[in-house]
Amino acid sequence: MSSAPATLPTQDSSAPPTARRAARRGSGRRRWVPSTYWLYLIPGLAAFVAIIGIPFVLNIWYSLHKWRGGITTMTWVGLDNYADLMHDDQFWQSFRNSVWMIIAMVIIPTVIGLLLASLLFDYIGKHFNGRVASVLRATYYLPQILPVAVAGILWNWILNAQTGALNQILHGIGIENPPDWLGNPSTALPSVMLVLIWIQIGYPTVIFMSALQRVDPELYEAAELDGANWWARFRAITLPQIKPETFVITLTCTIAALKVFAPIYVLTRGGPEGSTLVPSYYSYLNFFDKSKVGYGAAVATVLTVIIIVVASVIQLLQNRSARKEERGA
Amino acid sequence: MAAVTETLPGAPANGTGTDTGERRGRDRFHRGPLRWVLLVVAAIVALLMIAPFVIMLLNTFKSPDDYSAHGPLSWPHEFYTHGLKVFWDRVDFPVKLWNSIWTSGLVAIFGVALSLLSAFAIGIGRVRGRLWLVGVFLLANMLPQEVLIYPLFRMMQNIGLNNSGWSIVLIFTVIQAAFGTYLLSSVLGTFPRALLEAASLDGANRWQILWRVVFPVVRPTLSVLLIFFFIWTWNEFFIPLVMLTTNDTQTVPIALASLQGDRMLDVPTLNAGTLVSLIPTLIFFLFFQRTLTRGITAGAVK
Repeated sequence: MSSAPATLPTQDSSAPPTARRAARRGSGRRRWVPSTYWLYLIPGLAAFVAIIGIPFVLNIWYSLHKWRGGITTMTWVGLDNYADLMHDDQFWQSFRNSVWMIIAMVIIPTVIGLLLASLLFDYIGKHFNGRVASVLRATYYLPQILPVAVAGILWNWILNAQTGALNQILHGIGIENPPDWLGNPSTALPSVMLVLIWIQIGYPTVIFMSALQRVDPELYEAAELDGANWWARFRAITLPQIKPETFVITLTCTIAALKVFAPIYVLTRGGPEGSTLVPSYYSYLNFFDKSKVGYGAAVATVLTVIIIVVASVIQLLQNRSARKEERGA
Repeated sequence: MAAVTETLPGAPANGTGTDTGERRGRDRFHRGPLRWVLLVVAAIVALLMIAPFVIMLLNTFKSPDDYSAHGPLSWPHEFYTHGLKVFWDRVDFPVKLWNSIWTSGLVAIFGVALSLLSAFAIGIGRVRGRLWLVGVFLLANMLPQEVLIYPLFRMMQNIGLNNSGWSIVLIFTVIQAAFGTYLLSSVLGTFPRALLEAASLDGANRWQILWRVVFPVVRPTLSVLLIFFFIWTWNEFFIPLVMLTTNDTQTVPIALASLQGDRMLDVPTLNAGTLVSLIPTLIFFLFFQRTLTRGITAGAVK
């Protein structure tokens, strides 16, 4: 990757300009000389600047103002919005809930996904047949491909206190007063987390299954000959071997957990009493419900900074562990 | 091999090698009832995963009276399709379906094209500052959409594309291409140089190299990207929710969500809506299952 660009530009510049032009026109000696590729970047870069770059900067600009949106006047307030955030209970609540979202979308699904993947790969794939394993895998993955909003709406009904399927079933088996799952502050967050776990499980399962296929079976055979049981093999071989995939899952799912919006919108709208409020929904609420555009922009900006910091920390940890491994090997 | 021996359990041993091989395999792996227990565990998890869908199916075709009398788990007493009809007419489903199809389809095509052009410059052209570029594209993937929504909302208003599917096409083409460029750049970074030089010697210009050499080689990757861009855009919720405000422009997930607050909505109608909204993705999934699985796993392993 680094050798080619280091040598080619010097060749390029050392050739006389006429020769270069001749080469480009096609009469001279043809060499593979990268240049003028910028042309191909123009559409991508222009579109990127227009749709992501400028809005991103504008959003920061908005966050420095008090503004009710639309044609109302914008008043410069500097960092006041950010200062207000520091004393805003709802803001802190939303980030506390983000931790729960990470537990529901990263930690629990990764652990369950790893167990399911080894179960499918080590037992079911080998003792029954591959078809059973792949049908099961597809079943676990199903919630992942559906529009998350639609899956959320289905769950919203299932968990509904009056007409919902769950409480109807509970009534049927003689439970008099089943909880209002999404309507009670103490059960809403666990219920939302359960739905998120259900949505999320398939992703680590599928990735871990392919990771396990990558591991050299001879490692297991050798360990088995040495008398290592399943758990010992799992810890000594499987876990270290699938580290790259574990890292990718942790990184992508953590980012997704910090960004989560649609399930909250269709399940609880952040309620009741803010018990399931998350930063992205809080920002949406300020933008379009409370007409506090500057404040909403500040929430979104803080969320962005936190995502980038968290992602960088995970990346850093991964780099360090990879380096340690290299030194150890 | 394993499949062949399993299909012939009653047949006399057709080859001693296979027979003993199979028996030895069975002995080695036979660990009493444990394997059945584990199979049951896996099956129970699978059952929990599809239980919501089963409940949805049962109650789509059950009349409201039947539901309140016999609960969600009973088999429908009569095949009730009124809920389906009510949902279909009320949200004008074909319109929503078409909105989802054309916006997601265009995003997929434009997104892949844009990714390929940019990645050609970065991965093959190795333009200066490419590491920075890749970094910026990577960072863009982490941005929460909330940080773009208000400026985008106003921009689209100014150019008259608010409440239009074209706003979705524009925005998501760029968002998906940010990911596509990042991914394709690293794929093209390992493109065999010999191929490029050979094409160059044959007198191909940049455009011809991109179109006749690079494109055919990376076509499998591009098709995976195409399918993913389509599904991702189809499933998008936040930006379409903000941008598409009227019935004639909304996409499938938004249509269902906007029905949700309706107090008049009965159980079969809601379930019918969920079912109908899920079917297109389900068909798409079954159709492209192999490509999807390949893509999900290819993305994870570097």
